[in-house]
This record gives sequence, C-alpha cells and structure tokens, in this order.
Amino acid sequence: MPTPREIWEAEFGAAPRRDADFETMSGIPVEPVYGPEDGEFPGQFPYTRGPYASMYRSRLWTMRMFAGFGTAEDTNWRFKEIIRAGGGGLSTAFDMPTLLGIDSDDPMALGEVGRCGVAVDTLADMEDLYADIDLGEVTTSMTINSPAAVIFAMFVAQAEKAGIPRARLGGTLQNDILKEYQAQKEFVFPPRQSMRLVRDTIAFTSAEMPRWHSVSISGYHIREAGSTAVEELAFTLANGFAYVELALAAGLPVDSFAPRLSFFFNAHIDFFEEIAKYRAARRIWARWMRDRYGAEDPRSMQCRFHTQTAGVSLAAQQPELNIARTAIEALAGVLGGTQSLHTNSMDEAMALPTEKAARIALRTQQIIANETNVAHVADPLGGSHYVEALTDEVERQAEEIFAHIEELGSGSMLEGAIKGIEENWFQGRITDSAFELERKVNEGRRIIVGVNAFTEGNEEEQIPLLRITNEDEQRQRKRLDAVRDRRDQTTVDAVLERLRIEAADPEINLMPTLIEASQAYATLGEIMSAMGSVFGRHVEVPTF
Amino acid sequence: MAGERILVAKVGLDGHDRGVKVVARILRDAGFEVIYTGLFQTPETVAAAAVDEDVDAIGLSMLSGAHMTLAPAVVEAVRSRGADIPVMVGGIVPDHDLEELTAAGISAVLTPGSTAEQIIVEVRRVLDAETAS
Repeated sequence: MPTPREIWEAEFGAAPRRDADFETMSGIPVEPVYGPEDGEFPGQFPYTRGPYASMYRSRLWTMRMFAGFGTAEDTNWRFKEIIRAGGGGLSTAFDMPTLLGIDSDDPMALGEVGRCGVAVDTLADMEDLYADIDLGEVTTSMTINSPAAVIFAMFVAQAEKAGIPRARLGGTLQNDILKEYQAQKEFVFPPRQSMRLVRDTIAFTSAEMPRWHSVSISGYHIREAGSTAVEELAFTLANGFAYVELALAAGLPVDSFAPRLSFFFNAHIDFFEEIAKYRAARRIWARWMRDRYGAEDPRSMQCRFHTQTAGVSLAAQQPELNIARTAIEALAGVLGGTQSLHTNSMDEAMALPTEKAARIALRTQQIIANETNVAHVADPLGGSHYVEALTDEVERQAEEIFAHIEELGSGSMLEGAIKGIEENWFQGRITDSAFELERKVNEGRRIIVGVNAFTEGNEEEQIPLLRITNEDEQRQRKRLDAVRDRRDQTTVDAVLERLRIEAADPEINLMPTLIEASQAYATLGEIMSAMGSVFGRHVEVPTF
Repeated sequence: MAGERILVAKVGLDGHDRGVKVVARILRDAGFEVIYTGLFQTPETVAAAAVDEDVDAIGLSMLSGAHMTLAPAVVEAVRSRGADIPVMVGGIVPDHDLEELTAAGISAVLTPGSTAEQIIVEVRRVLDAETAS
C-alpha cells in the first residue's frame, strides 16, 4: 500500500513543471510541499491543501483582471491592453442596464450606460467587444447573472461567427442567481424561474461546451454586502449544493456537470481567516460531493476558485494605502491556493480605475508571483497550529449554517436556498453582520487606517480619477439605433414569439432559441421582456 | 428633536444596498423615523413617496456613478410637486462632482468612510437649516 506521500510523488512527477529556480534567495532548495509522510497532500481528498498535486509549480494562478466601461469598442481596447501587459485571461464587467437585462435606450437606463462596465445590447456589441481576440486561446469570464443565459447565447453566437466553434471556447459564466437575491440584488425574474435558466445553461454546456464553466458560485458579493467570512463560505457552498440538486433533478449525472462548477471568493484583510476559509471550502465541497451527491470523478470534488481582493476594504482616504491592503489580500488568496486572481485598484473606492491604477494592481500580483518565492510551495501554511485550528473552526461553523438551510428546505438544499431567500433569512443575516462591523468601526474597536485612525495626510491632493462622460451613453444609443435599423424585424418578431412559447414550457431548454434570437440581433431588453412576459418579475420586500 | 421622518432610497438600477441599510439603522438608532423605499426606484416614485409620507428629508444611496443624472432629477421631481424637502446623497461621489451637485440643489453629500456620528451631524445640520429657512 503506497503512502500518501508516495501517491503524491507519482502525481507530482507526472505534472508539468514551470521554468523557475525553486530555491530561496540564499540558495536553499525548496521542496514542492512539506508535511508528514502519512498526512494529507495537495491533490488528495478532501483537497484541503489544494486541488492539484503540483499547484503553482506547474502553472501560476491566472491573473484575471476584471474590466469594462463605456462602449464595446472602449472595453475591447482595454482588453487588448491587459493582454499586452501580461494578463492571462479576460474578465468582462457589464454595466448596470446590461446586468438587469434592459437596453441602453430604456428610460430606466438613464445615467447608467457604460458607467460600471460595458454596455451590451445586441450581438453587434458582443462582436466589437471581443474583436481581434482569439477566444480559442484566451479564456473569458463574464460577470452576468439575471440575463446570463442571453448574454452567453450572444457570446456563443459571436464566437461562432468569428469562426471559433463552441466546443473550443474556454471560460466562465458567473450565472449565480441565488446570490443575487441574497446579496448583489441584480435580480429580474422570480427565483424559481431564474433557476430554470441556470438549469438550461448547465445542461447546454455539459452537452456542448466541455471547456466552459457553467456557474461561478460566488461568495464575493455576499461578503461585499457585509457577511462574515464564515457566512460567505457557508452561503456560497450551500448555493453550490443547490445548483447540484437542480442539475440532478434535471436528470444530469453528477459527474457530467460538477467538474465545470467553479467558485469565486473574496480576499478580505483578515489574512489567516481568509486562508482558513479557502482551505475549509475545498474540504467541505469534496466531502459533500462524494458523500452526499455520489460524485466519483475527483474533478467533481475539487473546489477550484477565483479570488478578488475586497472592494469594501478600500478606503477613499489616502487611497494609495489601498495598494498595501490589496497586496496583503492577494497574498492570502495565493497562500490559500486560488486558481485565478483579480486585484483591485487603489482608486476603486471612488471610481472605476484609471489605466495606471489598474496596471499597479496587476503588477502587485506579478510581484507576488515573481519576487516573493511564495509560489514555490503548495499550501505553505498547512500544519500551522493556528491555520489548521482556524480551518477546522470555520468548517464547523459552516456546517451549522448548512444544517439550518437544510431544515428550511425540509431536507433539500435547493429548496432551503430558495426558502431562505423568500423569507429574507440570508438578507437579514448579511445586514446584521454589516451593521455589527460598522458598529465596531464607529466605536474604534476596529481600526481602519486613514478612516478612523492615522488620518494625518487625508487632506492632501487626491489621485487622478477616471471620468466617464455622458457621451458614452449617447454613442451607445446611436449604436443600438443603427442595429435596430439594419436588422430584419420579421425574423426578430418570429424568434421572440417562439421564445415566449418555449418559456411557458419548463421542459424545453431555451439556449438554442436564445442563440437564434441573438443571431437575429434581437436586443437584450427584447429577449428579457419576452421571457418576462411568461416568468414575471421578482420584487423584494424592503427591510433594514 | 427626535422623531423626524427620513426617507432613504435607492434610485435607478444600482442594487448595492449595504450602505443604505446600515445608514437606515444608524438613523433609526439615533431616534429618527426611517422609511426605506427598497430597490429600483425612479426619481418620480421617490418624490411621490416623500410627499405622501410627509418626510423631513430624503437620503439617496448611490454607488454606481449615476448620481449626476439621478440626484438632480430627484430634486426636480420633489420641486415639481411643490414640495421643499432637502435631498442628501450618500455613496461614491468623486470630489469633482460636489460643486455641480450643490448647484443642482443637493443639501449634503456623504462619501465613503463617513462615521455614524458624521452622518447624524450632517443630517441634523440639513434639518436645522431647513427649519431656520
């Protein structure tokens, strides 16, 4: 019987090695991992120490910088800049109207077009957004949820038009609707109707797009909305279990879709708690997937995740200090074994980042990757008394939360997640935690440098900020008008009518028709309205 | 004077509601009567609610960058109803926008990092100025 170390050695030996000198600055050789012979090794169930045997010795994390503003042409330019600067993957930020599935010329879109991200109304915008970028090579992430199925359909249509077959496309659709009701609040349809669209995208990608991650189950926004680290972890994994139960209920075998589920966590400033959170996430996911959902493929059990540093930890006062915060948070993500990372820019408490601020944020990752040598060793904090104890405690508290959600759903995590939303349970807990933190800051029990302590220097001149003018909104409306003028309206009307009929039949997968609607240059707003006429709208009861 | 009524609102498409909820609780704990509109309001629905509820001030939470369009629109909507209710803005507002917001009739702007005490003092100042005028 081989020991865990021997099993690990065999796997490590078979993995590729990146070209670097694995030694300290003094020349002391560095092993790929440290730990007792019979302990848990990276790449071994329950994957506390990492999903892969070789971790960053094979490949560094992907430096995936989130970007998007103005029109598709503006963002396409920024994407190319990111690729030139050494970013390994694209991550698309959409503007508020797009996130809520309305067109740039909708009265509700006034003042919001191109502000928080790029405006996408039709396939024409998608074509410009990824123009001259080889989507068969670069992986693409799209942060979109309520209209995820529609934007994804436009993405597939655009890539195929550019000659890249859908099976070659690699990337991630956020598509995590549950956390929208819980935290991010960009919801459109009611929860159950939205979950049908998630089911359709999971079924579509498992059948046709083997390189695509259908859902990026996101704790990031839960944390940003004010949850604790434990709540972020527990709510996120519980949502993950809900998607698994959704796909199982649709008749998909667990190992046919679970390897393409991925996660997205926050990296906040409490360094060790964050690392413990990532380690606990991998362990919990592995156990539940194997023991509760019967997964047999190890890839179904491996929790792989993207990390973004905490936007809420950034201060508007002395914004340069945010570079230091972001560096510490990014380091936690790396020591926690993240697969990809976005680092926030110092100016993001005030505006979208300038090009220079975004470059400094990317360079921060490059310093961690290339100067610190921390990527030499997998799970370098494994075995630390503190980190191991914290990992165990985070896991224990998360399990308590799962038990509550399961009870809400009378044994079903899917039902529990939806009930918890409908009863405002998640929302209430997040607000309570946000308020509790605010209280500590106000009482000075939690220090934020430059905000409630060490404020000398706050009056100095501010750094330059990116300004987005209303010209972008005008330009986008003109672009949309031009598309409406040149498309064939009869084709658009016919496909939208078919979409309405199919939406009313929950047995039908809507993805093929959504792709056809995109190809006909139906707008996002038209497609969402067609579905909305069948699905209805979600309205949240306002509480505080 | 406790018990004054304040309407806190989210206008437009911005769903970030952490700030508005925390501020609502801070004001409630300070003795104000707080009404929260919920998400996705328009300038018209906010103004209508403010007049119907006979509030003493309106607080808008804005984090998406649309404040230059939407905040003045709320002031206009309130005035067009013949009401004189001060409108405050809290959220991500760059310094270079402050002057124009003041010119558009916004009574106060609270930016990231404002403490509970600063928020209460500023609301108090706006309400007292209103009473004095």
